[in-house]
Amino acid sequence: MSAVIEASGLIKRAGRATLLDGVSVTVAAGEMVAIIGPNGAGKSTLLRLLSGDLRPSEGKVRLKQRGIGSYTPRELAARRAMLSQHINVTFPFTVEEIVLMGAGERSAREAGRLVEAALDEVGLSHFRERQLPTLSGGEQQRAHFARVLVQLACGEAEHGPGLLLLDEPTSSLDLRHQIDLVEAARRRASSGTAVIAILHDLNLAIRFADRLVVLNGGRLAADGPRAEVVTRETIRDIFEIDAVVHQADGVPYVLPQSMRAAMLPR
Amino acid sequence: MSVAAGTEPRSLRRAGAGRRFVPVAIPALLAILVGTAVVALTVGAAGIPLSRLPAALGFAGHAAADPMTARDQLVLWSIRIPRIAATAMVGGLLAAAGAIMQGLFRNPLADPALVGVSSGGALAAAGAIVFTDSRFGETLRFLQTELLPLAAFAGSLATTAILYGISSRAGRTSIAIFLLAGVAITAITNAGIGLLVFIADDRQLRDITFWMLGSMSGATWTKAAVLAPVLLIGLAACAFIARGLDLLVLGEADAFHGGVDVERLKKISIVMVSAMTGVAVSISGVIGFVGIVVPHLLRLVIGPAHRLLLPASMLLGAILMVGADTLARTIVAPAEMPIGILTAAVGAPVFLGILLRQRGLAAL
Repeated sequence: MSAVIEASGLIKRAGRATLLDGVSVTVAAGEMVAIIGPNGAGKSTLLRLLSGDLRPSEGKVRLKQRGIGSYTPRELAARRAMLSQHINVTFPFTVEEIVLMGAGERSAREAGRLVEAALDEVGLSHFRERQLPTLSGGEQQRAHFARVLVQLACGEAEHGPGLLLLDEPTSSLDLRHQIDLVEAARRRASSGTAVIAILHDLNLAIRFADRLVVLNGGRLAADGPRAEVVTRETIRDIFEIDAVVHQADGVPYVLPQSMRAAMLPR
Repeated sequence: MSVAAGTEPRSLRRAGAGRRFVPVAIPALLAILVGTAVVALTVGAAGIPLSRLPAALGFAGHAAADPMTARDQLVLWSIRIPRIAATAMVGGLLAAAGAIMQGLFRNPLADPALVGVSSGGALAAAGAIVFTDSRFGETLRFLQTELLPLAAFAGSLATTAILYGISSRAGRTSIAIFLLAGVAITAITNAGIGLLVFIADDRQLRDITFWMLGSMSGATWTKAAVLAPVLLIGLAACAFIARGLDLLVLGEADAFHGGVDVERLKKISIVMVSAMTGVAVSISGVIGFVGIVVPHLLRLVIGPAHRLLLPASMLLGAILMVGADTLARTIVAPAEMPIGILTAAVGAPVFLGILLRQRGLAAL
C-alpha cells in the first residue's frame, strides 16, 4: 500500500526545550495507527506536525507525496481531517450547523446526506437542532467527530484516500461511545483512509490499531504490531508501572498494577 | 428521547424554533428599515405629515408650486435625508464591525467602542482636527473632510492590532485579558484626547467635544458619500469572510484544520473592523453598544452563522440608529440629545444581561 503520510527525522523545539527529537513515522492507506505514551511524550506535538498545523524545526512531512507545507489550508483540509482535544464553542451553533462546517463550501442541500450519515454514526441525530454549548462534553466531542467525518468524506470523494488524525478522541466518552468512535475510525481505515489516533487507553489501542507507535520523552520508543510492542517490559520502561499482559481471543490486554510493584526486583 | 438528565433544564433551549426566521430575515429587516426611515422623514423640528411626504419627496408632478412643498423639500433633501442616510450607514457599519469583532475574538462581548477601537479612531480624528487647524497643518485644512476618516481608520487599526497582539497567544484569545487590555487602551486614548482638549483652542474644542458625545447632527451629503463606499466594501468583505468566521468559533487551530487561511482571515477582519469603526466614528463620534446589542439580538433569532448575521447586523444596526437618532432629535426638541447617551442607555443593560448569562455558562 502506498504511504499517505511520511514523516522523517522530525525535530520540534520550543525555546530551549526539545518537544520531539528525531521521530520518523510512515502510515499507509488503509492502516490504523495508535500513538501511545506517557504525558508530555510529544504525542500531540507529533500529531500537529503531521496535520500541518505546526512546522517542524527539522525534518520533513510529506502528505500524499507532496511536502505538507506546499498545500494551501483548503487543499490540506481536502486531504486530511483532524479532531482536536478541547474545542470550546462560544456561539449558539446547532449540532447540525457544526457538523455542516466539515463540508466546506458545500451547501446544506449538497452535503445534507453526509451530515445525516455522520450524525447517525455518532448517535446524535436526535440532537441535531440542539445548541452545541448546551450539550455535555462527550456529546460535543461526538459532534466534532461527526464534523471531521464529513470533512474526510468530502475530501476523499475528490482526492481519494486521505488522512484522519484523532487527538485523544475518546477522552470524554463513556465506554460504549469509546468503542463506537474507534470502530468508526476503523471502518474508515478499512475503506482506505490512513488513521492516526492518540489513545490513552492501551487496551483500546491494542484492540483496534494495526500498529502502535510509542513515544517517550520526545523520542520514538517503539513502532510495530501490538504483539511486539505490548510486553510487560515495554510498559514498565515507558509508563513506569508494572502490568500484567494477558491474552484474550489472541489479543493481548493490559492490566496495570501499582507503581510500587514496578520497583520490586523481578 | 435519549437519556439527557444532566442537561435537562437546557434541553428546552432548542434552536430549531428560532431558525425558521432565517429565510425571511433580510426582507423583513429591509421592510422595517424603510418603515423606520419614513417615520424619521416625517418627524422633527419641522414636521412633515405623511400626506405631504410624496410631494415633498418630489413624487408629485407639480412639485415646487406651493411654498409649503418648497419648504418641505428643502428640509428633506438638504437636511433630513442626508442625515438619515448617514445615520443608517453609521449604524450598519458599527453593528457589522461589532459582529466581525465578536467572531474574530470568539466572544459576544467584543465591541469596538467598549475596547478602545472607537476611541482610538476618535483620538486620531481629534489629532487630525488639531493638526489641520494649527499653523503647521493649515496647508492641509482644505482636506479636513477627507483626512478625518483616514486618520480615524488609522487610529482604529492601530488599537485593534495592539489589542489582538496583547490578548492572543498561541492561537488562543483570553477574553479576560482582551477586555482588560481594552480598558487600558481606552484609558490611554482618553488621556490622549484629554491632552488634545487641553491644548485645543475654542473652535477645535467644539469639534473635539462632538466626538466624545457622539451625534449625527453634522451629517451632510458629503459625509454620506464618505460612508457609502466603506459600507459597500464592507458588505462584499462580509460575504468573503463569513465562512471563515464560522469555523473560527472552533479555535484557530481547528479553523485551520477545516481549511481556513486563519492568518489571512484575521488580517482582513482586523482591517475591516478598523475601517468600518474608524470611518463611522469620524462621521458620528463615539457611539457605543450598537455593535454588541445588534448581533446579540440577531443571534437569538437567526442563529450565529455569519453569512446571514453580518448583512442582517448591517440592517438592524441601521434600523436602531435611525430610530435612536429620530428619538434623539425629537424628545427634547427643539434641542437635541446626543445619540450616544441613548444607545448607551439601551446597550449597557443588554451588555450586563449577556455577562450574567455567560457567568451562568462559566465561559469567562
